[in-house]
Amino acid sequence: MSEKKPALWLRIYTILIYGYIYLPILLLIVFSFNTQKLNVRWEGFTLHWYERLFQDQDVLEATRNTLIIAFTSTIVATVIGTLAALALQRYRFPGYTMAESALYIPVIVPEVVMGISLLVFFAQIHFRLGLATITLAHIAFSIPFVTLVVRARLHGFDRAIEEAAMDLGANELITFWRVTLPTIMPGVLSGALLAFTLSLDDYVITYFTAGPGATTLPLRVFSMVRFAVTPEVNALSTLWVLTVFIILLIGQIARRKQTQR
Amino acid sequence: MPEVHNDLSAQKSSLVKTLRESPKAQGLALISPTIIYLFIFMILPMILVMVLSLLTRGPYGNVIYRINVDNYVRLMDPLYLRILWYSLSIAALTTTFTILIGYPLAYYIARAQARQRSLLLFLILVPFWTNFIIRIYAWIMILRTEGFLNNLLLNLGLIKVPLYILYTPTAVLIGMVYEFLPFMVLPLYTSLEKIEAAQLEAAADLGARPWRAFMRVTLPLSVPGMIAGSILVFIPAMGMFVVPDLMGGAKTILVGNLIRNQFLVARDWPFGAAASMLLLLLTLAVTLYYTRKAGFGEELLI
Amino acid sequence: MKTFKMLALFAILALLLGACGGKAEEKVVNLYAWSEYIPQALLDGFTEQTGLEVNYDAYSSNEELLAKLQAGASGYDVIIPSDYTVSIMIKQGLLEELDFSKLPNFTNIGEEFKNPEYDPGNKYTVAYQWGTSCLVVDTSKVTRPITKWADLWDAEFEGRVVLLDDEREVIGMVLNVLGYDKNSTDPAQLEEAKAKFLELMPNVRLFDSDSPKTALLSGEVWLGQTWNGEAALAYQENPNIAYVFPEEGCTIWIDNLAIPKGAPHKDAAHQLINYILAPEASILITAEFPYSNPNIAALELLRTANPELYEAYMGFSATNPSPEDMQRLEFVEDLGEATALWDRIWTEVKGGE
Repeated sequence: MSEKKPALWLRIYTILIYGYIYLPILLLIVFSFNTQKLNVRWEGFTLHWYERLFQDQDVLEATRNTLIIAFTSTIVATVIGTLAALALQRYRFPGYTMAESALYIPVIVPEVVMGISLLVFFAQIHFRLGLATITLAHIAFSIPFVTLVVRARLHGFDRAIEEAAMDLGANELITFWRVTLPTIMPGVLSGALLAFTLSLDDYVITYFTAGPGATTLPLRVFSMVRFAVTPEVNALSTLWVLTVFIILLIGQIARRKQTQR
Repeated sequence: MPEVHNDLSAQKSSLVKTLRESPKAQGLALISPTIIYLFIFMILPMILVMVLSLLTRGPYGNVIYRINVDNYVRLMDPLYLRILWYSLSIAALTTTFTILIGYPLAYYIARAQARQRSLLLFLILVPFWTNFIIRIYAWIMILRTEGFLNNLLLNLGLIKVPLYILYTPTAVLIGMVYEFLPFMVLPLYTSLEKIEAAQLEAAADLGARPWRAFMRVTLPLSVPGMIAGSILVFIPAMGMFVVPDLMGGAKTILVGNLIRNQFLVARDWPFGAAASMLLLLLTLAVTLYYTRKAGFGEELLI
Repeated sequence: MKTFKMLALFAILALLLGACGGKAEEKVVNLYAWSEYIPQALLDGFTEQTGLEVNYDAYSSNEELLAKLQAGASGYDVIIPSDYTVSIMIKQGLLEELDFSKLPNFTNIGEEFKNPEYDPGNKYTVAYQWGTSCLVVDTSKVTRPITKWADLWDAEFEGRVVLLDDEREVIGMVLNVLGYDKNSTDPAQLEEAKAKFLELMPNVRLFDSDSPKTALLSGEVWLGQTWNGEAALAYQENPNIAYVFPEEGCTIWIDNLAIPKGAPHKDAAHQLINYILAPEASILITAEFPYSNPNIAALELLRTANPELYEAYMGFSATNPSPEDMQRLEFVEDLGEATALWDRIWTEVKGGE
């Protein structure tokens, strides 16, 4: 990397852009403490909306649903996706190209189309819409991303270690479990994290596959923004941003510790 | 009896043997959960949609099972083509703006010191991981008639009458760019970061001035990043309906809104399916065009 | 290997739990209704009394309700369709017949709401709330008197009008302005209406059926078309809000409690409906969402329990239209085959930017 200091205009520009990115979020946070219900003018400081938030049954249930769906879909997608990555990276088999192309579909297909196709599908087989359908949908779009990430990790993997293990008498399964998996674990975890976030954040596909009583947080936030625009939405948003911030911070620190080792 | 038992266990052990010895079988075994799952929950549904697009809607929104291409003919109507064109334009504009705005930013981060770099990246990731509806809402608060922007400008005396921004196409564009900016910055950063300092120094040694070096070396080498970013922005932008819904006042109809309305309001599923197929075709075309230029690349992987 | 097996098992279990979640919760009733229509206090009271949890999902229009039900995969127990939607649903066999032996509180409903035209014999529905969709004006922003829909087309209102996101309401209104029947199926008249509607578009700031009062109160719009309840709520926050019954006429509607065919918790559904019909519960609705209440026992209770609210209810034309106002009101009716044509016009005008 060139040690030359970047031009002044570039620095100013960067600061401005970060401002543009963060201003809305900061405003959101500040106005979560506003006493005025309509939230057009600042009237006073209060924690009232946070109180309301924690008593809001719909929000709490939506959070619970979102987490259940995210965890379930992440686990399943990660397992299936990792196996797929291994298959694609190390083996050649009939139908290889087809399989590889299939994995690119969610990247290419717009969410709207995926959402309605699942709606049509579930309607056709008379499968009632609910938490299950949302989860099944989330697994579907997560698998390709997990596969992509794990494959990247497998790319530079030197199989010599595996061969050494096998020479020492370990069979394939043990080799996989004790040697391969730990080595690709960072990739697998990355994939899992990606799947988790995709699930947590998804709105469009969830919108089409949700049923009675199966609201997720993004759906709930959308309703709140549409219907009842009170600072409660701001309070929810603030907490969300804070949570993301903390999780990323932990991830950052963990990564730093790992590289220090 | 004992023979049956032997047969079964013989079968079992020969299956295991096949797995052990044939790499093909192993590969197939590993990929099968994925294939099965994706077939059931992704390919099959889309085939259903394709079939649906060839059927017709009944008077009350039910489906009549009679194959025809009426829906596609109807889609050729200038009205719908206009909607399609509009979506393409917004997607293209969004992509362009994210490149214009995001490139200098990515450049700065790529060339920053290691420590600063991780901080800057971290700061980009926080809004990126935050739910996008929340971020849109933040902009609604800013852009509405009695929102932050208007209040600021009014108080500063820069304008006399509030600016009418919310619920217009401009608002939609602002929302889209804000939403997709991280998707462009990150791949751009990845590809910019790979550019060796050595190459730049070589260019300088050969007498190229900074601007020239940028145009002839940096820019071309960052094209893969731009392409990856473009795919990540253009394709979702084409099918986007949430931003126009929330910020366009339900007046700006893009393809995504059209499709959604057909399924959840107008109840013309076959027509909606046809529109989806059209959208899919477009995104495929765009993807093929881009990947022929530079492939998917690892720039997609953060 | 063991851990792997355990993980896989866990995943499958979690998935099954998620799937079974719906079935295992028998102590639940799934309500699908308009947004901002049922007070949480009412639902909480119901849960307290019966031990049944209520899942309240919302839709923004009758068409959306129909669309979800026609998707075949619903699972809702109680829905609240409007009059014309009830006719459609009866024709399509989408409703369960109500067991009135389980609805003793039905007697509380006013006579004029029993045995309605859209549900002859009163077999499938019970009136929930009724109301009107007329003109609303912020008189602090619009100083001249507004008396007709045609006024919305004035150039001075560019970008200042809110309309309901409802094709029957909006296109019906345009037909009225042209002097035609709001339920017209005549293609020539509809073409005219489409052209007229397109003329109005520059004035329309947004379409909103969920919460039109928000745009009104925040100053985004000055006037427009809204539900009476929304107008009443806006009036509570801003006394400058006026509700007008325009010369050309506007819509009267009746929303009804019904049970979709194949509802998983029919018994619980009946319990909920009966609970809503009780006067104590019904006045909660009027207090929070001031539409017009067909429950005369509730209105009686309101008069003695909360005279102030009763006066406000009786005094405001939005909740209690006068006989002259009533002359101008018309029901929306099922269009039959012409529905597709209306849908198309709606898509075309909204998409033609």
